[in-house]
Amino acid sequence: MADMATQPSAPPAGAPQATKRDFLTLTATAFAAVGVGAIVWPFIASMNPARDVLALSSTEVDLTPIATGMAVTVMWRGKPVFVRNRTAEEIATARAVPVSELRDPQTDQSRVQRDNWLVMVGVCTHLGCVPLGQRPTDVRGDFSGWFCPCHGSHYDGSGRIRKGPAPANLAVPQYTFLTPTQIRIG
Amino acid sequence: MAIGLHNSQVTNPVLRWVDQRLPVITMIQKEYGTFPTPRNFNYFWNFGALAMINLVIMIATGIFLAMHYQPNTAMAFESVEHIMRDVNFGWLIRYVHMNGASMFFIVVYTHIFRGLYYGSYKAPRELLWMLGVVIFLLMMATAFMGYVLPWGQMSLWGAVVITNLFSAFPVVGDFIVTLLWGGFSVDNPTLNRFFALHYLMPFMIVGVVFLHVAALHITGSNNPLGVEPKGPQDTIPFHPYYTIKDTVGIVVYLMVFAALVFFSPNYLGHPDNYIPANPLSTPAHIVPEWYFLPYYAILRAVPDKLGGVILMFSSILVWLALPWLDTSKVRSMNFRPVARIFFLLWCVSFGVLMYCGGKPVEEPFVTVSRIATAYYFAYFLVILPLLGRFERPMPLPESISRAVLGMKAMGGGPLPAGAAAKPMEKA
Repeated sequence: MADMATQPSAPPAGAPQATKRDFLTLTATAFAAVGVGAIVWPFIASMNPARDVLALSSTEVDLTPIATGMAVTVMWRGKPVFVRNRTAEEIATARAVPVSELRDPQTDQSRVQRDNWLVMVGVCTHLGCVPLGQRPTDVRGDFSGWFCPCHGSHYDGSGRIRKGPAPANLAVPQYTFLTPTQIRIG
Repeated sequence: MAIGLHNSQVTNPVLRWVDQRLPVITMIQKEYGTFPTPRNFNYFWNFGALAMINLVIMIATGIFLAMHYQPNTAMAFESVEHIMRDVNFGWLIRYVHMNGASMFFIVVYTHIFRGLYYGSYKAPRELLWMLGVVIFLLMMATAFMGYVLPWGQMSLWGAVVITNLFSAFPVVGDFIVTLLWGGFSVDNPTLNRFFALHYLMPFMIVGVVFLHVAALHITGSNNPLGVEPKGPQDTIPFHPYYTIKDTVGIVVYLMVFAALVFFSPNYLGHPDNYIPANPLSTPAHIVPEWYFLPYYAILRAVPDKLGGVILMFSSILVWLALPWLDTSKVRSMNFRPVARIFFLLWCVSFGVLMYCGGKPVEEPFVTVSRIATAYYFAYFLVILPLLGRFERPMPLPESISRAVLGMKAMGGGPLPAGAAAKPMEKA
């Protein structure tokens, strides 16, 4: 760049002024940046989910075999989804908790579509492990919900974080009741 | 080399700190900034840079394809179709990779033609040339193995034919073939290892390209006159003169490349390769990709199995001996009126072989292939060694600057003796 000063088109000292060379440099750089972006775009996009992956993005679950107090785990988008048929007692306990005590304040009502059916992505919001609590023999943590063994996060009967390092409640996926005994997740 | 911090000329304090400890900026400035380059390059001198760009494009697209490809006979063909239909921009990346192979050979053949015509292989650039031949051999192996990966009919049968070439060698032949296959036919183990090697070899090419360029920067570039620069008046700095000239070439190259990818991506391929591999049925007309046709024609021109294989391999290995086979002291064919005709005939024989390699093995193609093969080898083994003795080359210009600037700059007529002598400082 030092030789720029010796160019005949350079402005006289003390009078900064845009030269034709500045214009050419800027436009060339701008075009190069657009070009690089256009080349990089398809490469990055190719790493996003392909169409066959997106086509498999919903799962249907038949609820009939799940008795009250039981839970099943189904696979959705490569992740476990917890479907729990809650007892009246569990629902009452979850709804008795004052929302102000919660780290991630959500009412139990806002997390379910039908009171007894709790549907959540079974992935701990801390670092992605699968919490225990689906099987009757599992450790269910201090709040009778789910317990993540990796770093000790305790979730309550509504899947809300109560204790431990996780920052948020277990996520509720988008789902719809196709019939009273069948849901489609995704 | 002196021990201690490098005496950096960089002014930016951060870059200077780096450059003192690892003088990469100084190196780039020396090798690509001020590097003295003959002032008389024509556009044939673009093709080294183009080959480098092409290698980068192949590696970039290849890495992204490998993220979606399955090197397993049960899944390979479908995974390629998955890339074409499901993966975002998969069609684009695959077509760029596929046609990139053809572009690579177009560019490298032009680069080799340049070297042959302008005598770039002659002393002191023999090793530079030989490293180039090694790169070309690695490229051929890489291209061949890449063509097997889609596991279509041409992939499978190409792999069968090429690996069977090694069975021609007596005693060890069958052993080598079984080793290459990892089984008793071209099957899953073969595909799997070809994928591993296809991923490895481009990086070996990068390594040899580095040596090729390092050797180039010792001897400096040849030029269309084939006369070594005699001083600063014969050279110009690489940047900006040749960075900009290479950029012009790159733009044209990318236009041709894009035309191929977007308008006729399958023009240079074979439709048969969109049929999944079937080990029970060979396609009626099996030919390699266009860039291998000349060697394929040489193979088929010889009625003996082992002889054909040996001649085919020799057709490229003979290039390694070229610096010593060509006995003429004059580099550029521009000053070799007789050699120039023989060389252009050699190019014709290469083209004829390429044409015959794609034709069925029947007359007249067999006889034509034999004549072309004979000439191909005669050029290297008989014509060039003899021409060095018998040919009378045209007078060489005194220097590059004299030839380039000569008449024009001095307003016509030969240079006054004093004007020519003054800037002739020995570098």
